[in-house]
Amino acid sequence: MLTVMSISSATDQAQAPAIQVRGLEKSFKEVHVLRGVDFEVAPGAIFALLGSNGAGKTTVVRILSTLLAADAGTAAVNGFDVAARPADVRESISLTGQFAAVDEILTGRENLVLVARLRHLAQPGAIADSLLTRFSLAEAGGRRVATYSGGMRRRLDIAMSLIGNPPVIFLDEPTTGLDPEARIEVWQAVRELARGGTTVLLTTQYLDEAEQLADRIAILHQGRIIVNGTLAELRALLPPAKVEYVEKQPSLEDVFFAVVGDSATSSAPSTSSTSSTSSTSSKE
Amino acid sequence: MATHFVGDTAVLTGRTMRHVTRSPDTIITTAIMPIAIMLLFVYVFGGAIDSGSVSSVNYMLPGILLITIASGISYTAFRLFTDMQGGIFERFQSMPIARPGVLWAHVLTSLAANAISLAVVIGVAFAMGFRSGAGPLAWLAVVGILLLFTLALTWIAVIPGLTAKSIDGASAFSYPLIFLPFISSAFVPTRTMPGPVRAFADNQPVTSIVNTIRALFAQQPVGSGVWTALAWCVGILVVAYVCANIAYRRRIS
Repeated sequence: MLTVMSISSATDQAQAPAIQVRGLEKSFKEVHVLRGVDFEVAPGAIFALLGSNGAGKTTVVRILSTLLAADAGTAAVNGFDVAARPADVRESISLTGQFAAVDEILTGRENLVLVARLRHLAQPGAIADSLLTRFSLAEAGGRRVATYSGGMRRRLDIAMSLIGNPPVIFLDEPTTGLDPEARIEVWQAVRELARGGTTVLLTTQYLDEAEQLADRIAILHQGRIIVNGTLAELRALLPPAKVEYVEKQPSLEDVFFAVVGDSATSSAPSTSSTSSTSSTSSKE
Repeated sequence: MATHFVGDTAVLTGRTMRHVTRSPDTIITTAIMPIAIMLLFVYVFGGAIDSGSVSSVNYMLPGILLITIASGISYTAFRLFTDMQGGIFERFQSMPIARPGVLWAHVLTSLAANAISLAVVIGVAFAMGFRSGAGPLAWLAVVGILLLFTLALTWIAVIPGLTAKSIDGASAFSYPLIFLPFISSAFVPTRTMPGPVRAFADNQPVTSIVNTIRALFAQQPVGSGVWTALAWCVGILVVAYVCANIAYRRRIS
């Protein structure tokens, strides 16, 4: 049922996993946060790292994005070891941290141009404009980010991560603190990413988020991966489903979207939802 | 990576300079306190302070300029701390850029912002009757010493910017630096001070820097004091730079 780690040969780059983590350990002073974490992510997959607060999800992401050194174990991203070749890893990844990593004083467009310049790309202005359109931020592009809603910031944040088309993207709790509509917008953006062939490692504490998005789900608990598999595989861990008759009540989410009257089923982040989320306050 | 150092630093400096130009109040508040002190000392205490043959404002200006720098660099700590708090610092660190450029951008911005504040204060001093017959070379020497002092204090400011736990902690470190010129030759000749205070005042960095700038403005020989002043600036710069880089390394590993 659970995946057994197979030591795949690194000879064929295309077949090699996009992310490979073996025996990763990390302590902060007395606290043993990671106690031997193992997992692999196939190229182009959406992999969800699920766990409660403090489980060590962010620590894994920080190690994989070269912000933190591991105490033991190895990790490779896009075939490059994070400790030995951090510069190559940074060329291969984008990180969207827990807190929207945007510059509040700059406009949305200036934020995108900044990242495009730092990635040494030609025509940063054109890249910024196309991303603003793609993430329904074209109208807000000239405004300072300080005036954006939580959902708009998060979309800008993800847009910034796409610049330069890195093959691997880390999203650390991308929807924490967002309202339901903004969450669905972010999910939509993540799905589009995976469709384009990008490998996505997502951390979340929301079970439904993992269920909605991920091809594979791993549960990080007390410093180890205790379960790793597809949703179907995880479901099969429990006793087979038995048939019960339950009166179906609408969930609060059903009620919310019925009353608000949009977005739940819309396929792309629309400008109408942009304007409705802009009235809500930012996440914290 | 090293090949991108200049380009990346330029891009990041452009970003932090926008922070300054979009909140011009930081320049104003940096300049206002030194100007207020200058008005106070020239027009209120000026008559009671024996500045010898030079006018009060000519006598006070060097110390006022150092106070301007000391209050200006607290904004550098503030801006760096804000970057650390938000995710933008980590975003930069996880990108394929020349990493030291992130700090150098703040340092270069500090130099530019302080240069503007200093120009404002010198402009006000001119309006208050400051005059100097100093030639271009002497002015160049003054600008050089002020920039070197700004650079040294800016690297000090980087340390709390990287390590502070709160925004207040990040900017409060500058108060002792602002206070330092008062216990120097900047406003009162040190010979009038009681023994231990005088010993401190005569041997702290501000006195030698103030005396050097004062001599340059008055077209007098700077003597060996200029070397003491430069040694202090370079010494502070080296120590602060090393400490800031240790703090930086701790922060990113």
